Amino acid sequence: MNRWLWLLWLLLALGFGGTLAWKMFASENKDLYLIGDTTYGHYQIEMACETCHTSPFGGEEILQDACTSCHAEDLEQAHDSHPKKKFTDPRNASRIEVLDARYCVSCHTEHQHEQTRTMGVTLPDDYCYHCHQEVGEERESHKGLPYDSCASAGCHNFHDNRALYEDFLVDNAGQPWLLDIATLAKPNAAHKQIKPGAQPLTLQDASYSAALDVPEHIPHEWASSSHAQAGVNCSDCHSEGDDNIWIAKPGHLQCANCHENEVKTFTEGKHGMRLSGTVSKPLQPVGPADSHMEFTKSGQQLHQSCNACHQSHAFNRVKAAADACLGCHADEHSLSFYDSPHGKSWQENHQTEQAYKLVSCATCHMPRDARGKGDKQTVRVNHNQNFNLRPNEKMIRSVCMDCHGLGFAIDALADPVLIKNNFNGKPGVHIESIDWALKREK
Amino acid sequence: MLSKKLMVCGALAALLMGCGEEKAAGIDPKIYTDSLFAVMKADRTNYTKLIVQRLGPKGSDSILPVEHWKDVENGAPLPAQMFRAGAEAVRDMTSDFTYSLQSEWPINKQNAPSTEMEKSGLKFIAANPGENFYGEEKLGDTSYFTAVYPDVAVAEACVSCHNEHKDTPRTDFKIGDVMGGVVIRVPL
Repeated sequence: MNRWLWLLWLLLALGFGGTLAWKMFASENKDLYLIGDTTYGHYQIEMACETCHTSPFGGEEILQDACTSCHAEDLEQAHDSHPKKKFTDPRNASRIEVLDARYCVSCHTEHQHEQTRTMGVTLPDDYCYHCHQEVGEERESHKGLPYDSCASAGCHNFHDNRALYEDFLVDNAGQPWLLDIATLAKPNAAHKQIKPGAQPLTLQDASYSAALDVPEHIPHEWASSSHAQAGVNCSDCHSEGDDNIWIAKPGHLQCANCHENEVKTFTEGKHGMRLSGTVSKPLQPVGPADSHMEFTKSGQQLHQSCNACHQSHAFNRVKAAADACLGCHADEHSLSFYDSPHGKSWQENHQTEQAYKLVSCATCHMPRDARGKGDKQTVRVNHNQNFNLRPNEKMIRSVCMDCHGLGFAIDALADPVLIKNNFNGKPGVHIESIDWALKREK
Repeated sequence: MLSKKLMVCGALAALLMGCGEEKAAGIDPKIYTDSLFAVMKADRTNYTKLIVQRLGPKGSDSILPVEHWKDVENGAPLPAQMFRAGAEAVRDMTSDFTYSLQSEWPINKQNAPSTEMEKSGLKFIAANPGENFYGEEKLGDTSYFTAVYPDVAVAEACVSCHNEHKDTPRTDFKIGDVMGGVVIRVPL
């Protein structure tokens, strides 16, 4: 009898061990090893484990390298207030024992979904106090403030304080809620990609094989597109390699041949991160069904790619700036857009040449990055929809202050009701940071 | 003359080798930190006098040295910020030594002395102009040779900026005053 029990035990142990080994080394699906749900920032790539866990050996440094491989550039641009190099001085040894700010994961621990709060922070919200307690004692305006209120909306951020530091508050105090001259830069990066001497093309110029069963509307859409105007023919997108092999459905890499920055930033955001070259294995583009957010029924089966918003062949940038977003997004903020002042103005005038001056979804969520001056200025659209979110104060300087005063922008972004109704009205909260900064000037 | 001295040293070294205890190889930490400080002080003074004074508002006015210099098109780091940027860049490159700029009267409270050695060192150099301070301390699991050198106001801009800043705890600095200290640490 004992012999049979031993045999049964052995078979079960081998079966169990074999399953684990197969999952680890052979199976594409490693969900068995997922130790907890990932954050909203990483859930899309959680099954590409090696993207972050690049080596089974090594500890926090390995993970830190993974964090910085995707986020270092963002932090640099944000003039990160707490870079790692501030904490590697031995004089901070006692502080590091309390909070090891050399590593991202000290504050942003992954796979801890239950503990994860806004900005992916897994620490209690009084983390500023550990190093800056003297501010609460010495600064009149800060006396008596709760320990966990430093990083409240509109006051301070751990990383990005470009719109919140004291001198900036003073320099931009007293501005009207709406500036006299509201200006949004006109995107021109795509225009600068036009090859010298390129001639506009017409329907007759379309370069595709007659053998292909091409629906009639497609060449017409192309002929009316900016691609045809810029001399970009069917084969320029639909073929690759020296042999010009025809590709039926060009992907984002084909777009990147001309729109490198747009594709790069697209793959840095939540829409395109599964297509990023930094992900350890090929993943299917994300779609609404994969997300925790609220989406329309009709958009549920869509998958993200350049064409999902830009419509293959028509490439209507105006449509991509609002209609495309609302084809999928159905949360309260999105659904309120067309009834908001921004949305009404957009609906009335977006078919004109002046559409770029209006505020669409993309104006705020895909900010324009202007570099250079005069004729040499290039205005690119950052296709990372998360670039100026998390925290939302990131959009104060990159977007809001093109049209609004700083005080209004800070208050508006700190008002959850106003965010939900898509800024339909005036802020119902007031952040006192500018008032406090001005008082100290006297 | 020099070659004669070297020969004498070489002969002495040869005599001592093998007949005494093995001496640890390497440079004396004090000479090491003194040398590092000499380079730091020279670069810091040169940046202040040759760049900031010459190209700033009181010179050709082609750069604007200002605290939030990244936000200004022709902005340039203030001398103290330039020094700190160097300290941070060095920490990215090596852990063989670290340095920082501190003061008993800091504009930014994060730059006040925090360890006992820093507190003693900064007090010493302020009370004994022209002298340095040396000691050993343990921070975390590591022991350090710590040297503190006086940081002296070399230009009018240093004095006026620190005296007039809204966060300054001291408003009577003069040129030649010890305004703070450079702390250099070498792990032992």
